[in-house]
Amino acid sequence: MNPKHADLAEQFIADGSRTNWHDDTLWFVREKRDKAAHGLPEWEQLREWASQIKNHTLSNLSNYLEQFEEHAKANGIIVHWAADGDEHNQIVHGIIKRHNIRKIVKSKSMLTEECHLNEYLSHQGIEVVDTDLGERIVQFRKEPPSHIVLPAIHLTKKQVSETFHEHLNTEKGNNDPQYLTEAARQHLRDKFIESDLAITGVNFAIAETGGFVVCTNEGNADMGAHTANVHIASMGFEKIIPKAEHLSVFLRLLARSATGQPITTYSSHFHKPRPNQEMHIVIVDNGRSRQLGRADFRNSLKCIRCAACFNTCPVYRRSGGHSYHTAVAGPIGSILNPNLDMKANADLPFASTLCGSCTNVCPVKIDIHEQLWKWRQVIVSEGLVSTGKKAGMKGMAFVFSNPKLYRLAGRMARWTMKIFPFIVSNKLNVWYNQREMPEVPKQSFREWYLENKKK
Amino acid sequence: MTASRNKILNSIKEHQPDLTELPVIDIGKVIGYADTFEQFRNVLESIGGKVVSLPDWDALQQLVNEEKQQENFIINAVPELGEITPEVHNLTAVQLEKLEKIYVKGTLGVAENGAVWVYESHLLNRLTAFICQHLVLIINKKDIVGTLHQAYEKIEVNKEGFGLFIADPSKTADIEQSLVIGAHGSRSTTVYVIE
Repeated sequence: MNPKHADLAEQFIADGSRTNWHDDTLWFVREKRDKAAHGLPEWEQLREWASQIKNHTLSNLSNYLEQFEEHAKANGIIVHWAADGDEHNQIVHGIIKRHNIRKIVKSKSMLTEECHLNEYLSHQGIEVVDTDLGERIVQFRKEPPSHIVLPAIHLTKKQVSETFHEHLNTEKGNNDPQYLTEAARQHLRDKFIESDLAITGVNFAIAETGGFVVCTNEGNADMGAHTANVHIASMGFEKIIPKAEHLSVFLRLLARSATGQPITTYSSHFHKPRPNQEMHIVIVDNGRSRQLGRADFRNSLKCIRCAACFNTCPVYRRSGGHSYHTAVAGPIGSILNPNLDMKANADLPFASTLCGSCTNVCPVKIDIHEQLWKWRQVIVSEGLVSTGKKAGMKGMAFVFSNPKLYRLAGRMARWTMKIFPFIVSNKLNVWYNQREMPEVPKQSFREWYLENKKK
Repeated sequence: MTASRNKILNSIKEHQPDLTELPVIDIGKVIGYADTFEQFRNVLESIGGKVVSLPDWDALQQLVNEEKQQENFIINAVPELGEITPEVHNLTAVQLEKLEKIYVKGTLGVAENGAVWVYESHLLNRLTAFICQHLVLIINKKDIVGTLHQAYEKIEVNKEGFGLFIADPSKTADIEQSLVIGAHGSRSTTVYVIE
C-alpha cells in the first residue's frame, strides 16, 4: 500500500523549524491575497459572478465544448479529444513522433502532471524540459511539485543552490535567489531557443472565439510557444468559459487569489498559430465527466487552480504538498483525487480539520470543506477506511447514541485518565502522538449544570 | 479519436446538471477611479514597472534615434517614433536572442492592475515582447480604462492570432518566495504615457 497522508506528513514535520517556515511562508501568501481582495469593494460580487458563470458553463458544457471545437478549428487549431491520461499522452507522443522531434519544453500544466506525461515520454526516450523555475528545480531533484502555483515551496534556497551546483554548475554555497534565478534564466534561454515543440497548459478556453488564455509571471509559456514550430496546449474540459468578456471576472480573481498580485505578468490570448506553426489543443476528460455526474462533487470542476485553498489550509501549511501524494495537493486536491482513484486517495478527505477556510477564500465558491465531509461518508460506506478507524467510529456512534452509556463512559474516562493516564496516552492511540494530555475535569458539563441549575 | 470525442461529449450530456442562467455582469457595480492614470502608475510601480508621463512624442523620438546609433540591437515597432524596424516577423529566436530593447505601441492600459493590452501586429513578432531584455510600451493617456471589464469591452481578443495583457517585468518568487525581477522575459518594463 502507498504511504498515506499522516505518515508522509510525519516525515515532513520531523524538522520543526522547516515546518514553521513553510507554515509562515504560505500564510504570508494568504495575507497578500487578503490585501488584494480587500482592495476591491466588489470582491464578493466577483466571486458570485465567477461561481454563476462556472455553474452555467457546467450545465451547458457539451454545447460549449462543441462550440469551442468548431471555432478553434476555424482558427486553424487542431483539436484532439482524450478520454483519459493514457490517451492524452499517446496523442502528444504521436505529434512528437510525426515531426521526429527531440527537443521539447513544457510550461506549467497540472493536467500533464495528472497524466504523468513526462514519465510516459521519458519511457519513449523523449526528454521534456520543464521551464517554470520552480518546476525546473523539482525536475532536477526528481521530485513532483508540492504546490500547484509555487512548485518548489517546500525547498530552502540552500537546497536549490545545491541542486543548481550539481546540475548547472553554479557556485557552491551561493544561496542568493537573484544569482540562482539568473543561472536558470541563462540555462533555460538556451533550451527555449533550441526547442522544436512547446507544451503549455490552458487557464481559460473561450467557447465563443475558439481561443485560449495562458497566464504566467515568468514568461516561460510564451518563450516556448512563440519559438517552437509546434505548440500543444493541454486542457481539462472544465477550462471552458462561454465568452471573452467573462475573462475579466476570472483574470481579476485569479492572480489576486493566488499570490495577491493584481494580475499575472503575462496573460496571453492565443487564437491562431503563427504562419508555418502547428497549434494543437488536447481536450482531456480523465474522470471529469464522472465527477460531473456526482451531484455532491461536481462543482469541484469549477476550480481555476489558484491554490488559495492551499495557502490558507492549516493542514497543508503544516504537512507540505508531498504528503498528499497526488499531482494536485491541498484541499481542492483532496476532493478531486478520490474521483480519480477512490481507494488510493481514501486518506485525503480526512487530511483536513473541516475548518472551512478553503471554502471562504475560494474565488469560484466551491464548497470544499463540505465536499471533504461528504467524501468521508462515501469512503466509509465503500469500506475504504482502516479497520481501526472503522471500529473506533462504530464504537463512538454507539456510545453517542446512548445517553446513559455516554454518561457512564464519561465518568469512567475521567476516572481512568486521572488514575491511569497511560491507558489512553500510549502508542496505540495515535491522537496523542503529538499532543499533551489535557487536565481532567472533575465533572462533566451535565453534572455541573444539574448541580447549578437550582442556584 | 472521434470515438473518444463522442464518448466524452455523450458522457457530459448525460451527466451535466439542468441548465442555469448566466449572470449579468453589471459594470456599474465595480470599482471606479477618480484618476485612472494615477492609479495605473501607482499599481504598476508597486509591482516593478516604471511609468513615465510625456507631453508628446518628441522626447521619445529623440531617445529612439540616439539608441539606434549605439551598437545594441533595438527594435522600433511604433510608427510615431520613426521608421519601423523591417523584417522583424521573419527573425528566429536565435536572431532575436540578442534583442536589447523594443518599443511597442499598447492599445490600452488598465488602471486596476497596471496591465497594457498589446496586439500581435504591434509586436511585429510574437516573441519580441518576451525575448527582449527591456520592454518599452507606449500608450495614450486617454486609453487608460478603470478595470478589465472596460478593457474587454474595448479590445477584440480574436481580432488577431495573438494578443496579451502585459503587467510589469517578468518575475519569479520560486526560490524561497524571494521576488526576483527578470525570470525568462524582460528584465524591465517601462510604460510611456502620452498626454
